[in-house]
Amino acid sequence: MNAPLKTISFSQGINMALDEAMAADPNVFVLGEDVADEQGGGVFKATLGLSAKYGASRVRSTPISEQAIIGAAVGAAITGMRPVAEIMFMNFLTVCMDQIVNHAAKLRFMSGGLTSVPLTIRCGTGAGVGFGGQHSDMLEAWFAHVPGMKVVTASNPADAKGLLLSAIEDDDPTLFIENVAMYAAQGAPPEAGYKVPLGKAKVVREGSDVTVITYGRPVLEVAAVAETLAGEGVSVEVIDLRTIAPFDAETVLNSVAKTNRAVVVHEAVKAFGVGAEVSSRIHEELFSQLKAPVGRVGSKYSPVPFSPPLEQAWLYSRDEIAAAIRKTLG
Amino acid sequence: MGLAKAASDAADVDTDTLLEIYRRTALINRTDEKFRALLMSGTLRLVYYPVRGQEVVSAAMMTALRPDDYLVTTYRGVHDQLAKGIPPKILWAEFTGKATGACKGKGGPMHITHPETGVMVTTGIVGSGLPIANGLGLSSLLKGDGRVTVVCFGDGSTNIGAFHEAMNMASIWKLPVVFLCQNNRYGEHTAFADSTSAGRIVDRAPGYGMNAVRVDGNDASEMYAAAKAAVDRARAGGGPTLIEAMTYRMLGHVFGSNASYVPKALQEEAVREDPVPRLRQKLLDLQVPEATLAGIEQAIDGVIAEAVEFALSSPYPDIGEIRKDVLGQEIAA
Ligand SMILES: Cc1ncc(C[n+]2csc(CCOP(=O)(O)OP(=O)(O)O)c2C)c(N)n1
Ligand SMILES: [Mg+2]
Repeated sequence: MNAPLKTISFSQGINMALDEAMAADPNVFVLGEDVADEQGGGVFKATLGLSAKYGASRVRSTPISEQAIIGAAVGAAITGMRPVAEIMFMNFLTVCMDQIVNHAAKLRFMSGGLTSVPLTIRCGTGAGVGFGGQHSDMLEAWFAHVPGMKVVTASNPADAKGLLLSAIEDDDPTLFIENVAMYAAQGAPPEAGYKVPLGKAKVVREGSDVTVITYGRPVLEVAAVAETLAGEGVSVEVIDLRTIAPFDAETVLNSVAKTNRAVVVHEAVKAFGVGAEVSSRIHEELFSQLKAPVGRVGSKYSPVPFSPPLEQAWLYSRDEIAAAIRKTLG
Repeated sequence: MGLAKAASDAADVDTDTLLEIYRRTALINRTDEKFRALLMSGTLRLVYYPVRGQEVVSAAMMTALRPDDYLVTTYRGVHDQLAKGIPPKILWAEFTGKATGACKGKGGPMHITHPETGVMVTTGIVGSGLPIANGLGLSSLLKGDGRVTVVCFGDGSTNIGAFHEAMNMASIWKLPVVFLCQNNRYGEHTAFADSTSAGRIVDRAPGYGMNAVRVDGNDASEMYAAAKAAVDRARAGGGPTLIEAMTYRMLGHVFGSNASYVPKALQEEAVREDPVPRLRQKLLDLQVPEATLAGIEQAIDGVIAEAVEFALSSPYPDIGEIRKDVLGQEIAA
């Protein structure tokens, strides 16, 4: 036996989930560009070692054909298989939107429940690492807007493992978003079998003055800001949505009912983002008890720029998060 | 491979098989006619894509399949679904949006699913069925269940990217899939030659290293021989085949649309080559008694009448269905 790991990376968390899922269920298989070991185990190495263990038939490197990848995954899924399709970068989902939106998301409903699509799509993305305009977008709102889709993202390696395992075992099509700036991030290793339920947000820090709702990489930034503000006597409650769609309104509303103030933070461009939906839900349910309008922090309204100072300026910042929180305190 | 082989096999198709093809042909033909009659009279209101002229292609193709083989088809798919064996009652009920329909009325004419008879996906998006068919084939390959998948699509669908991605993937993975292109000479109002750089769709197959054959899809024997060869190859692990079945869309793109853009000579030729009387005559020539054929037709008319009655008298789905089948778990009210 190997010595227990002290920490694991985000990529290792993903690899562990895939490994456990494949070991447990012969219907689980992986497909995507370069995913087999012979092709390097995926450009982010998340699938490294799996084809050695499960064979290149179940860990299947594909042609560069995103429509064909997702189409094949949809077809296999409606026969009861549980494909995990890797789409290297989130922006490449734009060339297979038809398969996701018109087919994966809708076949259960349009068939009156006769077929379901237990498909997981993994994709990497995120700004701050210099990929520029076509490899960095956070498009989660697009998919959250499609009835029938689940959208999930993790803020640490253990969650990545636990959420991905749940996504694979879930009977609905799930988009699993990985932040490329976090693949090497280390975190506490989860136990074997560790799972995080879909559809449930987590209060990652308790507080009483204001609730910050966020997900993915910004959870770390918000936690840091919360720590700083605690030194100023401001008590911030932080919620990691974990599952963006379906939205865990209960956890969010319970928290805001307590704090009466809220800010939503995400990496996606602020305009028309998930923050607008979350903010709107809070206003609809808790308007009379809010002490301030719900604040929103997102990235700037432009394609993701390449030049490093521009890229950093484009991203949401700790200062903006802190300012938005302070604004709700009046 | 190619035309010559299909033609030589054609002679071998026995009378019982042809009769089975005719049974399915007549069911399609009479169902299509009934839909149009009920639309014309105003009894039905739905978007209907006629299949008049393409009956034999489907009937012969599906006769070459096992009941548990998979089918993926399109909005113009009633011929494929019926030939594959979907019960007419639940097909009619689905077309009319009733709770008793194949999909509880939630899919409608463009989205028929009936896994029990292998009707796995019907898509309204041109070309999108091909990548999905690969997935069905991949599932069969990984599970070793010996099933074959047939995916039907039109000539116009061979100009969309999904066609090319799917052909390449099916070929490199040797998937048990039969790509059945029903070349009915038109995509909506655009003639095949005006939209397609390849003179023949089969000529695209070598670019994907795929076996391919172009046949007269309106000739039951030739169509069946090509279908059988492709299905046998797929089942034996020999990989996919592209069949270009030459046929003809005898009516407009959709019920009620005009087809004045079709040259008169082509229309006249199509009527002369009408596959349904052609197959009927062939059976008579093979000494099948007229009474046998008339008996088949009469029985089918009874089945259709019963199906129409069932659909029209069935209730609409409960409004609560909107919250069901969106996700595995029902959406809260
Ligand atoms: C992606 C997409 N583009 C356009 C349409 C509109 N459309 C519906 S049917 C059709 C023609 C398709 O022609 P063909 O593939 O030859 O099939 P046929 O209708 O002749 O059976 C078009 C353009 C569509 N449904 N999907
Ligand atoms: Mg056509």
